[in-house]
Amino acid sequence: MPKSLFQKVWDAHTVRKLANGQTQLLIGTHLIHEVTSPQAFGMMRDLGLKVLMPHRTFATVDHIVPTDQFAEPYSDPLAQTMMEELRKNCAATGITFFDRASGKQGIVHIVGPEQGITQPGTTIACGDSHTSTHGAFGAIAFGIGTSQVRDVLATQTMALGALKVRRINVTGKLHPGVYAKDVILHIIRTLGVNGGTGFAYEYAGEVLDRFTMEERMTVCNMSIEGGARVGYVNPDETTFAYLKGRPYAPKAAAWYAAVANWKSFASDAGCHYDDVVNINASEIAPTVTWGINPAQGISINELIPDATKTEVADEKASIDEALAYMKLKPGAPIKGTKIDVAFMGSCTNGRLSDFQEVAKYLKGKRVAPGVKAIAVPGSQGVGVLCASLGIDQVFRDAGFEWREAGCSMCLAMNPDKLIGDQLCASSSNRNFKGRQGSPTGRTLLMSPLMVAAAAVTGAVADAREVFAVNN
Amino acid sequence: MSLAKITSVTGRGVPVTGNDIDTDRIIPARFMKCVTFDGLGEFLFYDVRKNADGSDKPHPLNEARFKGGTILLSGANFGCGSSREHAPQAIQKYGFKAIIAEGYAEIFFGNSTTLGIPCMTAAREDIAKIAAAVEADPKLEITVDVGAQQVRFGGQSVPATIRESGRDALINGRWDAIGELMEGLPAVKATATTLPYLAA
Repeated sequence: MPKSLFQKVWDAHTVRKLANGQTQLLIGTHLIHEVTSPQAFGMMRDLGLKVLMPHRTFATVDHIVPTDQFAEPYSDPLAQTMMEELRKNCAATGITFFDRASGKQGIVHIVGPEQGITQPGTTIACGDSHTSTHGAFGAIAFGIGTSQVRDVLATQTMALGALKVRRINVTGKLHPGVYAKDVILHIIRTLGVNGGTGFAYEYAGEVLDRFTMEERMTVCNMSIEGGARVGYVNPDETTFAYLKGRPYAPKAAAWYAAVANWKSFASDAGCHYDDVVNINASEIAPTVTWGINPAQGISINELIPDATKTEVADEKASIDEALAYMKLKPGAPIKGTKIDVAFMGSCTNGRLSDFQEVAKYLKGKRVAPGVKAIAVPGSQGVGVLCASLGIDQVFRDAGFEWREAGCSMCLAMNPDKLIGDQLCASSSNRNFKGRQGSPTGRTLLMSPLMVAAAAVTGAVADAREVFAVNN
Repeated sequence: MSLAKITSVTGRGVPVTGNDIDTDRIIPARFMKCVTFDGLGEFLFYDVRKNADGSDKPHPLNEARFKGGTILLSGANFGCGSSREHAPQAIQKYGFKAIIAEGYAEIFFGNSTTLGIPCMTAAREDIAKIAAAVEADPKLEITVDVGAQQVRFGGQSVPATIRESGRDALINGRWDAIGELMEGLPAVKATATTLPYLAA
């Protein structure tokens, strides 16, 4: 019987059925960071448990690291404590720690693929909801809580119920100036902020087939913002070409065996999907959020929704709540909305190609007066590549601050925060109330090039016009 | 490890209305700068509960009449966003023992169940009935019957469901899976040998 990739990976990693009907699922690769792991190690100590397969867990530090300070101790003593706790836990258990001294540190979802740790046909877990990113390689990757981090450390497994699979075909061709970020914002907007609850999303179609691995990662990254815990793309030659030669990728004869094995995990033609959704790429425009969840987005030329124009009580309430917080005018264009801050980075859009694409257009432009613009590479590796190509200098010349790698202003657990009700054009993944560090701070999600367009004009703008992308 | 069998929870309700209440709202990220979960309860819903100067904003958790409530009532897609277990930990440490909402984000539901917090799903109009009864009499005793999948209050009862794996785990005292997962270790090692990337 033909099977989906999800089903194949699930079956291959099933250890046994548990008493409550859930599956004990083997987690081949475990990624940890400083925020959600210390309590798990504490629970392990309390229960007298040992790490079962220390070589299958990899650690890095990303959420709390300052991006304007490299040397320890960090100015925030709590951040320093969390850093030291992770270092101590890794040393005590034999877990590989990609710290800053290693040159391999960065956002966990950027480091895994970059090192070749993320591989097709595997299961991956990490105490972070954006773990779905790794699905870009045809892995089944779960964001988990801290008790489950403990479970994976102690048993390399966790208790889970199977998900349904929704195939999302993005067919046709994207217009110039429309990016992977717009595709996923469009999908979330179309299917709803909780439309994916209970589902794994299989992204497919010509657009995904043509996408680079970095573009696929951007799409899979935000699956959770549409309620889907897991998102993936079937592995293909693009996947294998990306992995070849990476530090943890199989070498020599093992490489060919691995590729053959990886191919076998791709969804079979004619396999069952619980749901299929078709999206026409030509209908996707540069997309910007106007509200307080990632489904509240519009294309750059649409008007901000007006609660008086809808009869649906729920919609009215959510528009009212969002616009009251965002201080935006119902029925007004989103284009032209003044911004205070521009943030380029995060596990959604902090990879080489994101900075590379922006640098192509940013040369010779200047960040508008009064706008604070920061660019934060997603990993030290990305930073080094950008420097070798002169990309960092393009950003600096334009008036961006170029920083050290980390999560930074995506969730502002480090010193990079909005102040008061500043409005931020952001390439990150969440526009929740207070997300970027100020309880009244406001976030507009968009693609990196749209962030750059907002930075140079000082207001939300159509990057295609600002940078003449259509030409 | 022996766990309590959570067959029902009885206590007072606190309505925290609204849909899509995300984990950043439940516990803002800056309060996750910690290496234990201790003390998270006091920061529950902090930014919607407190002004910048620490004074109170209007919020059900700030109302004296709802003090001591143990059953949280909310809307659709509760707990969406981040996988942070800090969110259900803060809810539990604040004193809540059960949640009744229209629906839950996947990861939040799992994290809560693992902590022994029943997340019951009820219809909007039924939650509105419970909330109205609580508004009328905040001291009203509510019983969340996990086994029978029902909520009883003031002589009324409404259905409230929970997925079978969660119901089973709670009522049979196996909501924290670690013990059972440990028992499976020989099978774990056997499965690992069948996978090339783990056998190597």
